[in-house]
Amino acid sequence: MSEILDKRVLAPKIYEIVVEAPRIARKALPGQFVVVMADEKGERIPLTIADFDAERGTLTMVLMVVGTSSLKLSRLGVGDALHALIGPLGKPSEIEPFPTVVMVAGGVGTAPVYPIARAFYESGSRVIAIQGARSEELLFWRDRLASVSHEHIITTDDGTAGRKALVTEPLKELLEQDGEKAIECVYAIGPAIMMKFCSLTTRPFGVKTIVSLNSVMIDGTGMCGGCRVDVGGQTKFTCVDGPEFDGHLVDWDLLMSRQNIYHEQEACSLDRVIKELSEDERETFQEA
Amino acid sequence: MNERPSKKREKKPRVAMPEQAPEVRSHNFDEVPLGYTPEQAQAEAERCLQCKRPFCLEGCPVNVDIPGFIGLIVEGKFAEAARKIKETNCLPAVCGRVCPQESQCEARCVLGKKGEPVAIGRLERFVADYERDHELIELPDKAAPTGKRVAVVGSGPAGLTVAGDLILLGHEVTIFEAFHKPGGVLMYGIPEFRLPKTIVEKEVDYLHRLGAEIELNQVIGKSITVDELLDEEGYDAVFLGVGAGLPYFMGVPGENLGGVYSASEYLTRSNLMKAYVFPEYDTPVVHGRTVCVIGGGNVAMDSARTARRLGAENVYIVYRRSRAELPARAEEVHHAEEEGIVFKLLCSPIEYLGDELGMVRQIRCQEMELGEPDDSGRRRPVPKEGAEFTLDTDLVIVAIGSGANPLLTQTTRGLDLNRRGYIVADEETGRTSRRGVWAGGDIVTGSATVILAMGAGKAAAQDMHAYLRGEREASAPMETIEQPSLRSPVRDAT
Repeated sequence: MSEILDKRVLAPKIYEIVVEAPRIARKALPGQFVVVMADEKGERIPLTIADFDAERGTLTMVLMVVGTSSLKLSRLGVGDALHALIGPLGKPSEIEPFPTVVMVAGGVGTAPVYPIARAFYESGSRVIAIQGARSEELLFWRDRLASVSHEHIITTDDGTAGRKALVTEPLKELLEQDGEKAIECVYAIGPAIMMKFCSLTTRPFGVKTIVSLNSVMIDGTGMCGGCRVDVGGQTKFTCVDGPEFDGHLVDWDLLMSRQNIYHEQEACSLDRVIKELSEDERETFQEA
Repeated sequence: MNERPSKKREKKPRVAMPEQAPEVRSHNFDEVPLGYTPEQAQAEAERCLQCKRPFCLEGCPVNVDIPGFIGLIVEGKFAEAARKIKETNCLPAVCGRVCPQESQCEARCVLGKKGEPVAIGRLERFVADYERDHELIELPDKAAPTGKRVAVVGSGPAGLTVAGDLILLGHEVTIFEAFHKPGGVLMYGIPEFRLPKTIVEKEVDYLHRLGAEIELNQVIGKSITVDELLDEEGYDAVFLGVGAGLPYFMGVPGENLGGVYSASEYLTRSNLMKAYVFPEYDTPVVHGRTVCVIGGGNVAMDSARTARRLGAENVYIVYRRSRAELPARAEEVHHAEEEGIVFKLLCSPIEYLGDELGMVRQIRCQEMELGEPDDSGRRRPVPKEGAEFTLDTDLVIVAIGSGANPLLTQTTRGLDLNRRGYIVADEETGRTSRRGVWAGGDIVTGSATVILAMGAGKAAAQDMHAYLRGEREASAPMETIEQPSLRSPVRDAT
């Protein structure tokens, strides 16, 4: 169970893993996530489901190495098994045919955006995808995203691919040019800061904006309350009430401060794991 | 043995159980009480009067043959004594540690009328430990296979009891657990220093060796539903023992600051994820110098004592009623006080204040006084007008209880819930409104004790057995009761 069937490097420090998980694959829907543990001593971390195949009984996840848990996960190879894989968790995306929906994917946000975009595409909505990254080498799944969108805009911070811009720029232009008000919904998934600014961009236009939050959590079933967020003045649990929320109502500062609670301990833990790496591995990791 | 106890014997004092000194144990996670030696156990067992009509038994939710196992200790037959307990209780090493004996079996002991009751809990613990440590655990005979399959949802005390009973009766049992380790609250909730996890592992292992299958990482209601267990996966009956897994918060300003935890999160990080040995294990937990634990139940005591062991200099229990109303066991309060935990009674938080990084730094409290008794019969705390104070703090643990987690109940058809979201189940049998589905433990009663959950599991197992054998073929599921009252005798921390 939970065996890694396929693994590939998508970009520096970004990996795609395909895992055997027949029960979860049968139930998974766009927008949901799983909780994984790399090994017995590992943390339980949430990962959004990037793709699923009920027939093959597989799940696809994309992870970016940022700390101990993701580093440990990235070191597992084909044939290894995850120590734990739990899901599908959270509420699925509400897919309804909109005249136009804009899907904004920032960084690894491309992975969770893909199945949602696909579902909208298949529902008959016109899908405009905006895919952004710091630079070209960090862009992945361009073809996949293009295959489920009618329009596909790429931005990079350094201009190495697509437009040299932040994702909010084309987003704003699309909304300004949308005289017929066809854009009824915007999805923004990526780093918290990017989701915050996308929400600020859409707010003056009054367009519904859905974000998918990646809070720190343990069980993923509503038991610990560690993933609580403030949405419109109400405390919600990301794991069971989310992970998708109305971006205009999310208290972004609270979300970001809660993501940083363990900042120091995470650094200490990562140092410890890096010391255990072989020379080669360490080099690869630090180069990246 | 004497027919009648001699007066001399009655006067023997209860044998004290050695324990780690407070100043030592405040810095480690090793178990606090050290257990009896065989000599101490026999001396204590000899105090038992072997009453012809034992009252102690009536105080036990799982009907352990108390005089029976104590008599075997007197004879030096320790492993046999453990097996005697296991005839009705599959978790003696756990119960010997965490049962509130003082309000159950020991409360009924005749010796307690004039002096101290027999230390039944300590003796239970002794024999279970003896049997395990000397590798004398034997598997009892199982009934012939019935061909019936039972799914037990949740591997806490209720689920383990149901599994243990039904497997002996010849049914096939699969236990589904959402976490990556079995044991439920015994694993994630109760700290190492009160219940070492190796003991829980051994007790679960015993069930596994008896033949119970354990499927970890399965969130019933998400990866599989109860309907699917019955209709597609071929189970003949389902027991729901998922616990009360929804932490309550108070809803006061600042409660979402960093460093404010639910007790459930704090204890899960420390116990299940082993944050107390971070960075050896990867899961961190915030360490506080001055810690406030909100609530006065056993979970609050566990949280306070954990914070102490993680290096806190000042640990306060902030409780809105007075000492007399503390819902925690007297022994837990005593242990906490010995470890230097300070009780701030008759006060309640009204706001948390944080720093620029969003971490909690201060707690503002409202002083309270006791008014008229409320529904629970205890005097209601009322705010004392204008009386407030502020304390510096860098870690807050909210331990005011937990409610019914809707994850499973929402996805199960035909399952009646009460207005608070708990499953409506018959008290005698655990039967729910859904045919083929039983429930017991905290998901029925609200937060209660390990042993009450086990008692509910025991009752349900009997009824399930009758159902599976076809004896209850005609019996309908329980009728829906209008707004049943919650039966929990121990409401934690309110």
